[in-house]
Amino acid sequence: MVELIPIKSIKDIPFDENLFPGTPACAGCGGLLALRHCLKVLGKDIVIVNAAGCFTLLSIYPFTPFKNSWLYTAMACAPAGAQGIRDALDILIKKGKLDPKEDLKVVVLTGDGAAYDIGLASTSGAINRNLDFYYICYDNEAYGNTGFQWSGATPLASKTGTTQPGRLSPSGAEFFKKDLFEIWRSHKPPYLATISPSHPVDLHNKFKKAEQYKGPKLFINLSPCPPGWATEPSHSTILAKLAVDTGIWALKEAIYGDIKHTHIQKKFKSIEEYLKEQGRFTHLFKPQRQESVINKIQERVNKYWHSVQEYTK
Amino acid sequence: MLTGNAAAAWGVRLANVDYIPAFPVTPQTEIIETLSKWINDGVMDAKFVTMDSEHSMITAAGAASATGARVFTATSSQGLVYGFEMLYTIAGWRVPLVMINVSRGLSSPITLEPDHNDILATRDTGFIQIHCEVCQEVMDSILIAYRLAEDERILLPVLVNMDGFHLSFTREPVELPIIEQVRKFLPAYKPNHAFFKASQPMAQGVAVLGGYAYSYFKYQMHLASKKAIEVYREVSEEFAELFGRTYNTVETYMADDAECLLIMTNSFTTMGKAAIERARARNIKAGLLRLRLVRPFPEADIIRFVKRAKAVAVLDQNISIGKGGIIYSDVASTLYNEKEKPVLLSFISGLGGKNISIEEFEFIFDSLVKAVDKGEISPPQLLYTEAELIEINRLKNIVGKEKHYKFESGD
Ligand code: SF4
Repeated sequence: MVELIPIKSIKDIPFDENLFPGTPACAGCGGLLALRHCLKVLGKDIVIVNAAGCFTLLSIYPFTPFKNSWLYTAMACAPAGAQGIRDALDILIKKGKLDPKEDLKVVVLTGDGAAYDIGLASTSGAINRNLDFYYICYDNEAYGNTGFQWSGATPLASKTGTTQPGRLSPSGAEFFKKDLFEIWRSHKPPYLATISPSHPVDLHNKFKKAEQYKGPKLFINLSPCPPGWATEPSHSTILAKLAVDTGIWALKEAIYGDIKHTHIQKKFKSIEEYLKEQGRFTHLFKPQRQESVINKIQERVNKYWHSVQEYTK
Repeated sequence: MLTGNAAAAWGVRLANVDYIPAFPVTPQTEIIETLSKWINDGVMDAKFVTMDSEHSMITAAGAASATGARVFTATSSQGLVYGFEMLYTIAGWRVPLVMINVSRGLSSPITLEPDHNDILATRDTGFIQIHCEVCQEVMDSILIAYRLAEDERILLPVLVNMDGFHLSFTREPVELPIIEQVRKFLPAYKPNHAFFKASQPMAQGVAVLGGYAYSYFKYQMHLASKKAIEVYREVSEEFAELFGRTYNTVETYMADDAECLLIMTNSFTTMGKAAIERARARNIKAGLLRLRLVRPFPEADIIRFVKRAKAVAVLDQNISIGKGGIIYSDVASTLYNEKEKPVLLSFISGLGGKNISIEEFEFIFDSLVKAVDKGEISPPQLLYTEAELIEINRLKNIVGKEKHYKFESGD
């Protein structure tokens, strides 16, 4: 294995773009910003296998914003599509029907609805079969493309189209966010990480590190989503950073299941700073402050970090 | 002697397939077990992977096909409908996948034996459909299927259908062709359109905005499918020359002078042929037409034979709940604008592997004769025998339904 020299500053990020502007994604889409960085590291010799979600609309006949190849599958089965392409490339190369120079990296790109819910089984299958692929989940914590409804990735108390605070149920989504990182980690994939568009250097280094491994290389990106989160498009990066600074989005990686946090803060900001910024949580503060719900969220974050060795030692 | 499943596996081996994503389901499993063993033993150079569902399996098959590999997969019944969404999707990708469906009645009630609601549910997907009567035909159809699917004028996936148990597990003599002949008929696959490669990035399966774009691509598929009838004729002629077995879009049995024509599909046709002989012994000018190509629907060939008859019965082993026999509707619409056409009767039997008894066939021919002689047109009939009624009532008694419902046949 070649020794990796991590980059230190944003200036070291390649200048070349593999994702061009002018897409139909919303202004300030945190997922798109992260994807742009991912593609800078992955290069153009890739094929993206996409599941139904916001980014399905990036490639609309006859246009595509990518330098690379693309296959849209359906909502539940992008990892299965990746399996078909990877296996086909391998067998064609083995049989001498395809020049090895033509080989591509296979990259699954889905939102949280596909990753956390409908596509969980096909992802589990692909990881279990040790498929050599990348998975980028742009997690905006709801079904964004259909107008922001509750998904398994929606955090406690978030307002969505199907968890609207009302008289009987004033606090929005009633469940905690599913822990996809842990579900994926239970498969012990060679590489697994969380990323954020606010930390492109961390993102870059993680992809570089992942490149050394054969097998599943999985990434979950917390993706601020201005229309769904009811935030200013220009605030997306600030929000992504706030998520890290408050500790609600832990930046970490797991190599064959062993976790390491890649960003530790001595003191985290209060979760309120993050919640208050977003329209989807305003009902927690107005017309009445829902102290118990806010505490519940804060306690969950505290509990998480107390279980993290690097933090407590 | 080979079972239908083994014949299918041999077809795949002869076709020099590169890739087989699979998922077990009764009664198809023997096909993938056989292929997996051959690959592990090194007698077949392909990659085999067991997927996590039929939905994933069909996706992987389509994606590999879109990458340029020759791909095969197989399923049955629940599996076919579990992957339903992807049948439409990959047909839209215009990939030359060949897939076997081993027909089995759909749940619920859950059962194992065959009828054709599974395969016919997929008739609108864009897959070409070849339905088989005997094991030899299963093997041969796979070779023909790859020729069709990979033809530049078609580029649509193909489903080859056989009945579960009656074909899948029945041993029949199957002649294995000489490999050189197979290579001549089906050369190595060299895709011009399906690829993912570094030197030429391509977006496949992309979204369209607007009905005009969507309609354009759907019409293209339809026209390609229609074109497949002509290509099918060419390919089957070539097949007959090389292997001596002829497979027309429809197969006929004593149909040339038939006044009373029976239309069927798949393996129960063998019983239908025996019924024709019995009817002939009763001096009924009976004949049979078996649909082999079901999509595209071989309208011209059907009209050609059907027009010679005075009365035609379609025996559907499927039921579109609330409407009736699916093939009946297809045949009826094929004939509607013909100036001269026979009367067309509808019968349903053989659901979930129900036997089609000698009496039922007799009832069908009596109805046809009545239509010819007296002009009496019977309404669509759901066939069920006295003995079967007694048996189901016995079961109902066991579950405590004492009341005996009177069974009424017909509408
Ligand atoms: S809805 Fe949200 S996730 Fe989807 S494109 Fe818009 S900003 Fe991005």
